[in-house]
Amino acid sequence: MEIRAGSRLKSGVCQTEVIAVKAPGTEMDIRCGGVPMVDPTGSMPDDPSPVDGAMNGTQMGKRYVDADDTIELLCTKPGEGSLGLGDTLLTIKESKPLPASD
Amino acid sequence: MMLLEMASSAFGERVAFGSKDGSGITYQELYERAGRASQYFKETNAEHVSFLAESNVGLPISLFGSSWAGLPFVPLNYRLAADEVQALADRISPTVTVTNNDLASIVQGKEGVSLVTGDQLIDFSMTGATPDPSWNMDPDEIAILLFTSGTTGAPKAAVLRQSHLVSYILGSVEFMGAADNEASLVSVPPYHVAGIAAMCSSVYSGRRIVQLPSFDAEEWINLVINEEITHAMVVPTMLARIVEYLDNDSSVKITSLRALSYGGGKMPRPVIERALTLLPDTNFVNAYGLTETSSTISVLGPEDHREALQSSDERVRQRLSSAGKPLPSLEVSIRNDEGIEVPIGESGEIWVRGEQVSGEYLGQGKKLTDDGWFPTNDGGSIDDAGYLFVEGRIDDIIIRGGENISPGEIEEVLLNHPNIRDAAAVGVPDEEWGEVIIAVVVSRDAGSFSESMIKDFTKEHLRSSRTPDKVVQVDELPYNETGKLLRRVIKAELVKEL
Repeated sequence: MEIRAGSRLKSGVCQTEVIAVKAPGTEMDIRCGGVPMVDPTGSMPDDPSPVDGAMNGTQMGKRYVDADDTIELLCTKPGEGSLGLGDTLLTIKESKPLPASD
Repeated sequence: MMLLEMASSAFGERVAFGSKDGSGITYQELYERAGRASQYFKETNAEHVSFLAESNVGLPISLFGSSWAGLPFVPLNYRLAADEVQALADRISPTVTVTNNDLASIVQGKEGVSLVTGDQLIDFSMTGATPDPSWNMDPDEIAILLFTSGTTGAPKAAVLRQSHLVSYILGSVEFMGAADNEASLVSVPPYHVAGIAAMCSSVYSGRRIVQLPSFDAEEWINLVINEEITHAMVVPTMLARIVEYLDNDSSVKITSLRALSYGGGKMPRPVIERALTLLPDTNFVNAYGLTETSSTISVLGPEDHREALQSSDERVRQRLSSAGKPLPSLEVSIRNDEGIEVPIGESGEIWVRGEQVSGEYLGQGKKLTDDGWFPTNDGGSIDDAGYLFVEGRIDDIIIRGGENISPGEIEEVLLNHPNIRDAAAVGVPDEEWGEVIIAVVVSRDAGSFSESMIKDFTKEHLRSSRTPDKVVQVDELPYNETGKLLRRVIKAELVKEL
């Protein structure tokens, strides 16, 4: 699926939903639980089988990035799957919370 | 809107806006009402949602409702003269304007303006089905149009797109980072970028907002105590009044306030030093930012404040006058007239680059360089420890005998004089020097100093070319309600008198 900033994606294996905060606007293989994520308005994959090692869960409000910093996904609904780009799992972008300024 | 949807699904039962006494509205309710308000906005066929009223609960409903409807939200300054408001309304026509009974008459009957009062909006957003979340997730959609104060010429409409606000929030606020007993007191008006940023930050962190529509030190303090406020943001003039109030009544005890941030203008050092002493358990944060940068770009944190207050090293103490360090999510650079970075410690123009930086004005495009830098028109410098010192608008710089002089430098010296409560330095035209420096001062006790005393005092701290040529005493300096010193008003008065 073509992923651009603002694209929403839904997991095929759990409740996880994400929104792309940063994306190149090109075709990308975003997965959750090892299974390609789908358009939230589209149909769910038939009989998805989660991949072992890709079911560590997502956390709401966390940002997930790849090592090359090409994509950043914000988790808007948590679930049991792990986010991945192809076979590689995404990692949580550590943010330094700032003192409240407004 | 995405921010509110997340808040509503994760902690929908928490009170989002209003009192802790149970009369407030929850995130879930705010979400549903924003949805119903969006239906209403769409049915008016307006292209903008404007807000002409003091802060009330209709404000977040309108802000998120307009975002849901995909329409730019335009807060208008209700303190402007009627013809100025009408001129702004013309620029965003057709618009639906959320207002109140007192202000409605200003734009009533105007072509392209349909009116709804905040109370009406609140009423009909309470019942009915909530529409499906159908908002456009286009990050390039315009979220907010904010008219700048327009100190020179007609106000410009700064454009903040969804991507700018979302970048700012994601880069600076942790989702659900607030404990459920935290509450934020907002006393800046809705047409100030800090008022908008406060709503977005609080919703995303889950911190209840209490609104104070019209600032008054006593009322502010009472609200902090009665509502157990933990966080607040003020402009310098507000903090000066709060400090004065606390100084005059030592029986008042503020215990709940964990964090107090300030910004929007230059903070006199005696005021912040006194505030730190009066509220030793409160974390102070100085935030510097512009409308065009989606609010804060640089922060002086609580530890910096304490360290500076306790230090005997003047260089460290001086950090109380700084804007701290730039946010990690963006870059700041000090450039000269030719756009070339100046060495550390030297003054120049503050340039900023980052995803939250818009630098765009409606109808005028983006004022960004090809590689994405926004020249802020603020002068400043960065010291060797990375602290940013803001010197004020470049347009305000005084040029005396060919030397560029920052008014802030002179004002800081003046404000350290024990008998001076407030001070401004401005340049007025002069045949010999091009401009001469006039210090306009407000005394602590009327008539307690002479012109020569002030001149001698500044000579001890400034080089002679920077000491005021003349000192004028006034009762009060003119500020706008967001704490910006109105230099052009001072200048105009002086030119008239001289």
